[in-house]
Amino acid sequence: MSLPLAFLDAVGGAIDFIFNPRESLGGGAEVGGLGQVGELTLDHLELTFAGLAVSLAVALPLGLYLGHRGRGEFLAVAIGNAGRAIPELALIAFLVAYVGTGFLNVTIALAILGIPPILTNAFVGVRQVDRTAVEAARGMGMSELGIVARVELPLAAPTIMTGVRTAAINVVATATIAPLAGQLSLGDFILARNVYGDEGVLAGCSRSPSSSCSPPCSARSRPAASSSPARRAE
Amino acid sequence: MTALVAQLDPSFFRDRSESDCIRENGAFCLDWALDNLDRYVTPTLEHLVLVVVSVALGFALAFAMALLSHRRRWLVPPFLGLTGVLYTIPSLAFFFLLLPITGRGADTAIIALTAYNLQIIYRNVMAGLANVPAAATDAGRGMGMTERQLTWRVELPLALPEIIAGVRIATVSTVAIATLAVFAGGGGLGSELIAGSNITFRTGVAIAGGIAIAMAIAFDLLLVLLQRRLVPWRLAAERRSREGARFASLVRRVRGAVP
Repeated sequence: MSLPLAFLDAVGGAIDFIFNPRESLGGGAEVGGLGQVGELTLDHLELTFAGLAVSLAVALPLGLYLGHRGRGEFLAVAIGNAGRAIPELALIAFLVAYVGTGFLNVTIALAILGIPPILTNAFVGVRQVDRTAVEAARGMGMSELGIVARVELPLAAPTIMTGVRTAAINVVATATIAPLAGQLSLGDFILARNVYGDEGVLAGCSRSPSSSCSPPCSARSRPAASSSPARRAE
Repeated sequence: MTALVAQLDPSFFRDRSESDCIRENGAFCLDWALDNLDRYVTPTLEHLVLVVVSVALGFALAFAMALLSHRRRWLVPPFLGLTGVLYTIPSLAFFFLLLPITGRGADTAIIALTAYNLQIIYRNVMAGLANVPAAATDAGRGMGMTERQLTWRVELPLALPEIIAGVRIATVSTVAIATLAVFAGGGGLGSELIAGSNITFRTGVAIAGGIAIAMAIAFDLLLVLLQRRLVPWRLAAERRSREGARFASLVRRVRGAVP
């Protein structure tokens, strides 16, 4: 049996799992099928949006403020670096062991993973905005808030969106281990293979990357376009 | 309905120690930690192997791709697209998508971690090569260097800071993601975080998480030292204009971090 065939067989099983319910491996409960897969997809999306919304609400204003004032570079750098070094699994385990399980705790964990890229990119994005544009806006009598909202934010948007995209990838990926913290998501198919079987594992995996696509795809054309101003700033 | 939480085994704490701290699952049981440090040696070594092998493989592949596409520009978009797609797959899902092909084990984890590194390192190598001043390559060409000499003696040395920055980012994030390798049967520190009922055992979680973070910081420092060693002229330039250089390096890191 060649490898591609084995893989196709597994994919076929996974597709079958998504559309047709079956009995769980332990017997008794009915698992799989569009109903349950759809439900867990919604749970997954709910967690993702909650985590992303909290990190946006915290990181975006802070990043814009620091960038606008040209201060706190150390903070932005340190948080950006530290964020990359936080192991997702250790963070979830830490919250379960010390704080407890549940929606709120998982949302906090996801937000912690989403904050660093958004904060760092918002800071850098605003700092890279052409100072003459800001001076012109100030000369036209715009308020400081107006400058941030109507000059710096739009000009920094490509860089900020790449940060949001990275954050979205982190959050969607980490939401798959949410079942460890007692919060259902598509990760339940993956982690509880003794209940769902291998088809469920694969079905859960193939669904979760597709849900990660909604924010990234909208920003797909950005990275290439945004790399040139950075180089000029150097 | 959450099968995993239901599996947690309360007898875990009594199995290991008679101390009050362990029985009550105290915030951090120093005695237990000192007595049981040896149980973290194997997972730490497994973790190290996962990280070193997958970063080395990722670097070799990404570096080869960069060299290939450096003179053949039409290869850049497909390479960027391919590595970008791999980078977008959530890490845990990646491990499990590979299971039907490669089975459980460290190999599966290493393949996924390597694929994850490609984008970061490839982008940084390409950015480093693109940032080489045209004057330097022109001078090399004027001295009669061949294309190959130009690449190895002029462009790559000048691109080293960016290349090492890419390896730093890749290494640090690989240390973090490798904790998930346990789900692919790859061992590592993740096994001390979730195996059995470890996830509710505070001291264990703190130790394993702490080792992972310390490892990430250690690798980062090591690579900074390596960069100082390999690119001594950079240090002098940074001393001259500390402010500007610091912001430039921040920008570079942000560029490198995001696909």
